[in-house]
Amino acid sequence: MSEVKKAIKFTLVLMILLGLIYPFIMTAIANLIFPYQAKGSIIKVDGKAVGSELIGQKFTDSKWFMGRPSAVDYNAESSGGTNYALSNPKFKEEVERNIEEFLKKNPGVKRSDIPADIVTSSASGLDPHISPQAAYLQVERVAKANNLPKKVVKKLVDENIEGRFLGLFGEPRVNVLKLNLSLLEEIKKNKK
Amino acid sequence: MYSNIELFVMLLVIALLTKPIGTYMYKIFEYKPMKLDKVFLPVENFIYKLSGINAEEEMSWKKYALSFLLVNTVMMIIGYIILRIQGFLPLNPTGVKNMESSLAFNTAISFTTNTNLQHYAGENGVTFLSQMIIIVFLMFTSAASGLVTAAAIMRGLSKKTKLLGNFYADFVRVTVRLLLPISMVVTLILVWQGVPQTFAGKIVVDTLEGGRQTIITGPVAVLESIKHLGTNGGGFFGANSSHPLENPTWLTNMIEMLLMMLLPASLIYTYGLMINNKRHALVLYISLFVIFILLVVGAIYAESHPGVAYSKLHIDGTPYGNYEGKEVRFGVSQSPLFATVTTAFTTGSVDSMHDSYTPLGGAVPLILMMLNTIFGGDGAGLQNIIMYTILTVFLTGLMVGRTPEYLGRKIETKEIKLIAIAILVHPFLILFSSALTVMLKVGVSSVTNPLYHGLTQVLYEFSSAAANNGSEFAGFIGNTVFMNIMTGLVMFFGRYITIILMLAVAGSMAEKIPAPPSPGTFRTDNALFGAIFIAIVVIVGALTFFPAIILGPISEFLSMT
Repeated sequence: MSEVKKAIKFTLVLMILLGLIYPFIMTAIANLIFPYQAKGSIIKVDGKAVGSELIGQKFTDSKWFMGRPSAVDYNAESSGGTNYALSNPKFKEEVERNIEEFLKKNPGVKRSDIPADIVTSSASGLDPHISPQAAYLQVERVAKANNLPKKVVKKLVDENIEGRFLGLFGEPRVNVLKLNLSLLEEIKKNKK
Repeated sequence: MYSNIELFVMLLVIALLTKPIGTYMYKIFEYKPMKLDKVFLPVENFIYKLSGINAEEEMSWKKYALSFLLVNTVMMIIGYIILRIQGFLPLNPTGVKNMESSLAFNTAISFTTNTNLQHYAGENGVTFLSQMIIIVFLMFTSAASGLVTAAAIMRGLSKKTKLLGNFYADFVRVTVRLLLPISMVVTLILVWQGVPQTFAGKIVVDTLEGGRQTIITGPVAVLESIKHLGTNGGGFFGANSSHPLENPTWLTNMIEMLLMMLLPASLIYTYGLMINNKRHALVLYISLFVIFILLVVGAIYAESHPGVAYSKLHIDGTPYGNYEGKEVRFGVSQSPLFATVTTAFTTGSVDSMHDSYTPLGGAVPLILMMLNTIFGGDGAGLQNIIMYTILTVFLTGLMVGRTPEYLGRKIETKEIKLIAIAILVHPFLILFSSALTVMLKVGVSSVTNPLYHGLTQVLYEFSSAAANNGSEFAGFIGNTVFMNIMTGLVMFFGRYITIILMLAVAGSMAEKIPAPPSPGTFRTDNALFGAIFIAIVVIVGALTFFPAIILGPISEFLSMT
C-alpha cells in the first residue's frame, strides 16, 4: 500500500511541476520576448484584427488572390485534409472540379500550366501559402477586377515570394493573406 | 535535389549531436558528477522529499518493473479521471465538454504508453488544462518511462550486479536533467518562429473579404517541443504538425524532425558507453541508418512522382507531385521526409496526411511501424534494437554451432524464449486485431477509402497502435467504442509486454557469470555483423508482414491505371 501511495504522490508532484508550473513559466517568458508570435501572429489593419499571418483564410471574390482548396473551408476552429486516397474516385472528382473552377475563374490559363498545389486540398485545411506559379496565374484576373495594371499586380507577387532559405531550405511560396494585404494597400493608393 | 540536401544536413546534424547527447545521457544514467549539479540537485531532492522517495534504494529487475508498471498505471487512472471531468475544471476558454468514457480510456492509455494515437480533435476534444496536466505531463513521463527502462536494461547487460538501479531516481534525473532543459530552449525557438504560447483561447477576426474567422490559439509551444523530443506525436490541433500554428515554417519542420531523432539516435551511443563497446554501437547505428535512408529516398521519390493519378489530370505546372494532403511550405520533399522520421523514430506526429499518400509512399511509414526497430521511440526503440541484436547473435551462433554469447554472457533457452515472445507480440497484435476488425461490421464501418486502401487504413491503425507510434491514416474513423477499446488494448499490450520481457532478459543476463571472449566468439563489432543484423530485421519483418503488405499498398499500387 505504501508503494501505491508513493506512486500517487510522485505522479501529483510531477503533474504540478510539468503540467502547471513549467507551462506557466514558459508562457510568461515567451510573451515577454516574442509577444506578437506568442499570441498567434495576429495582423492588424487600422487597429482591427484581420487574421493571423499563419492561418489561411477564405477568398472567393475575383478581386482577391485565392488560396488552396480546403477540406474544412478555412474554418480555424477545426483542421484537417480530405484524406482521400489517390485510388479513391472521390479524389479524381474533387481535383477535376477544382481544376475546372480554377480555369473558369482565370480564363486564358492553360490547364497544363496549373501547379498541383492550387487544385489539391492542403493537409491542415488552413495552409496560408500557395506556390509562386499559382499566384502568377491569378495576376491577370486580379488586375482586371481591381482596374490595376497587370505589371503592378505582378510586381506585388514578385515582392511577396518567399524563396528557399540560402537557396536550399524550404519551398518557394507566397503568403496569400500578406499578398492580398499589399494588394489592398495598392488599391487604396490608387483611390487617393 | 533539395530534398537530398535537407536529408544530408539533418543526418549531419544528428551525427554531430549523437556523441555529446549520448555522453550526457550516460552521465545521467551512471550518476556521474556534472557541472550543473548545483542547479539540478536541489530540484531533484525537492521532488524526492515531496513524494517520499528513497533515491538510494537499488532495485532488482522485478522491483524495477513493478515500480514502472505501478507509476504508469497511476498516471493512466488519474489521466482518465481528469478527462472525464475536464468540463468542470478551470482553464477551458474553448468550452470543451467532459470526454466520453471509451474515448477517455483510449486517450489515457495512448498518452501514457508514448503512443499518442488521437481519436479526438485537439480543437474541441480537450481543455487547455487537460492539454497541460495530462497531455504535456504524460508526454514527459512516457518518454522518461521508456528511457529509464532502457537504462535499466543496459545496466543489466553490462554490470556485474543483479540490481538495476532505482526507478524513481532515474525517472526524476532524466526529466530534470534531459527532457526539461531541452524542451525549454526549443519551446522558445518555436515561439520565435510563430508557434503560439498563450491562454487567450479563441481570437475572432474580420477577414479581408468581410467574413468572420475564429482562430484557436493556446499553450501550443510547450506541447510541441516535448511532443517531438519525447517521441510522442500527439497534436494540439487535429491536423497535428501540418497545422500552421504547430509547425509554421520549414525551420520548425526541420527542428521537429531533429528532435524526434535526437534521443533515440544518441541512446545508441550511450549504449556503447554502458557496455564499453563503442564499435558494436557504431555498427548498429550505421546499420539502422542504412535501412532508414533507403526507405526515406523511396518515400520522397514516390511522392514527387505520383504517377498515373496525376498524369491523367494533365496539370504540369510547377510544383508537380502529390500535393493532396500536403502543405505548400513543406512540399513533396520535406513531407515524406517527416513521414519517414516520425515512423522510424516512432513519434507519430504528421506534417502531411498519410492517408492521401501514393500507395508506395504511404507504405513506407507503414513498413517502418511494422519493423518497429529502425531506431524507435525514446528508450523503447533501443530495447527493440537489443532484442533483435540478441536474436542475431543467437542465429549466428546456431549457424556456426557454438553457444551464442553476447557481451561476454551466454545466451540460453530462457532469454531466447522471452525474446521470441517479445518479437511475436508485435505482429500478433497487428494482424490479429486487423483480421478481427475487417470481419466485423463495427470494424469495417470505420474504413473510409475503397478496396485495398481501406485494408491499408486498418493495418496502419493497428501497426501504429502496436508500435506505440500514434500516426494515422486520418480518414479512418477511430472514435467508435469498438476502435477505442481495440486500439486501447493493443497500445497497452504493445508497450508493456515488450518492456517487461526485456527487463526480464536483462535481469536474467545480469545473474550470469561473465566469460571472457574466446576466439570462437562471434564478433558483434564488424560489418559482417551489421549485414546479418540488417538481414534478420528485414527477413523477420518480411516473413510476418509481407502478405498483409501485398493485400494493401502493393495491390493498390498495381491497380492504379
